[in-house]
Amino acid sequence: MNSVVDAALLRLVGGVLTLLVFASAIGFVMHRFSGRGPKRAMVENINARIRAWWVMASVFAISVMTGAIGSIVLFSMISLLGMREFVTLAPTRRADHRALVWCFFAVTPVEYGLIYAGWYGLFSIMIPVYIFIFVAIRVVLAGDTERFLERTATMQWGVMICVYFVSYVPALLMLRIPGFERQNAKLMFFLVLVVELSDVLQYIWGKAIGGRLIAPSISPNKTWAGFVGGTLSATAAGTVVWWATPFGPVGAATMAFVATIMGFAGGLIMSAIKRDRGVKDFGSLIDGHGGVLDRIDSLCFAAPVFFHLTRYFFAA
Amino acid sequence: MIAGILAKTSSLVCGTSVEWRCDPHSSAQRVYFGNHSSHLDFVIIWSALPAEARRLVRPVAGSDYWQRGVVRRHLADRVFHAVLISRTPGIGCRCDAAKASVRRMADEIGARCSLIVFPEGTRGVDGEVGAFKSGLFHLSRLRPDVELVPVFLENLNRILPKGEVLPVPMLSRVVFGSPLPRVPGEGKQEFLARSREALVHLQVAS
Repeated sequence: MNSVVDAALLRLVGGVLTLLVFASAIGFVMHRFSGRGPKRAMVENINARIRAWWVMASVFAISVMTGAIGSIVLFSMISLLGMREFVTLAPTRRADHRALVWCFFAVTPVEYGLIYAGWYGLFSIMIPVYIFIFVAIRVVLAGDTERFLERTATMQWGVMICVYFVSYVPALLMLRIPGFERQNAKLMFFLVLVVELSDVLQYIWGKAIGGRLIAPSISPNKTWAGFVGGTLSATAAGTVVWWATPFGPVGAATMAFVATIMGFAGGLIMSAIKRDRGVKDFGSLIDGHGGVLDRIDSLCFAAPVFFHLTRYFFAA
Repeated sequence: MIAGILAKTSSLVCGTSVEWRCDPHSSAQRVYFGNHSSHLDFVIIWSALPAEARRLVRPVAGSDYWQRGVVRRHLADRVFHAVLISRTPGIGCRCDAAKASVRRMADEIGARCSLIVFPEGTRGVDGEVGAFKSGLFHLSRLRPDVELVPVFLENLNRILPKGEVLPVPMLSRVVFGSPLPRVPGEGKQEFLARSREALVHLQVAS
């Protein structure tokens, strides 16, 4: 197997490394001068987040560079961890147990197996068509009609968000783009970089400028300044690294912009779910960030749109 | 080694987060009493304990279940050091046999060990905490020197409900409460109601 690592991918990794070193340095300085009081707690949270970013970026970079199998294993794990957080908050009942067992132990491996096999047709309809129907059938066979639609719909949403949407990230490896053969790892890197950078930049702009909340009934942290500054600066970052994509500068800017907007919407949707269930975070697996779903909420909603736009406009 | 691996695996599968409202490293002998809703219950309490406490804790379990088959017997004897008792069918009948079991628990822990017990006697349905059987009361009478620590288990009934074989690996929570205060001269019913209350109250975040 030829390596997927080329000069452009190494430059992307190098760029992320530089950003992390820079962030850690700033975190260190802030820690030295933060003193006591409430500011201290915020600085400590920021430093915990930066440390977690080192781990997440390393795991992601390594799995991307090991080729298809590495990325598929990584994102299938993310799907399972996300599902567990989602289902924990879901209003499921005892009768839903078997349906959930299927979702965890059959649907997830098969969906990622289809990506590995390169079977695009079944990959793209299995969950929205067959699993959607299967979940409803399995629950109805269990015979408990109490809040039937709510329970069924929640499970369907769980599989859609945590498995189907997340699997679109490694699915980028399936696309055949003329002149970009064997280079799709960079596409994956581009998407994740832009979306995650957008999250970080929204946080930074929001904290730096503050101002009016964009959706006060949903999230106390999202401001207009964060939204505009974050999406625009992440789009700029995506444009700067256009050479790593098959899109060209204008195309890269457009794709990055769409990804950040979808990511922002994803963050809002997942915040609304959390608010409804009365929790602040989906979990506590990632120090400083919360759960896995708290970290990938924006990626979930950006990935499928990014995939299909790329497929429609750029793939053969 | 088996114990270590088993503890790690089970807390990983059940995504357990542990909350202590008493000193986890206390050297006091304790009776950990928990709500019972799943086969995973005692393994999860056991794996949530610090390693040194885990070596000294002995779960009380039904001999009818744990003496079936070589693997279960090995686990019960060598890994968990379980105190196996024969379960008395129904409530209130065969009082002597029940008393004998409690006396055995009190004897078996000697001067060093702790116990894990489930005072409901059997697994409840849908996460509800049932009425306590009298075993905990008699145990507290026989061993007034031992701390009674309530342990609330959340979500394990959803991870592995009664009658299911495969778990759904959701997240779970274990809360160790502070030891139950001793009330001199307290009657059996008051004691049982009070200890059940202490357990149920742990599900409210402190």
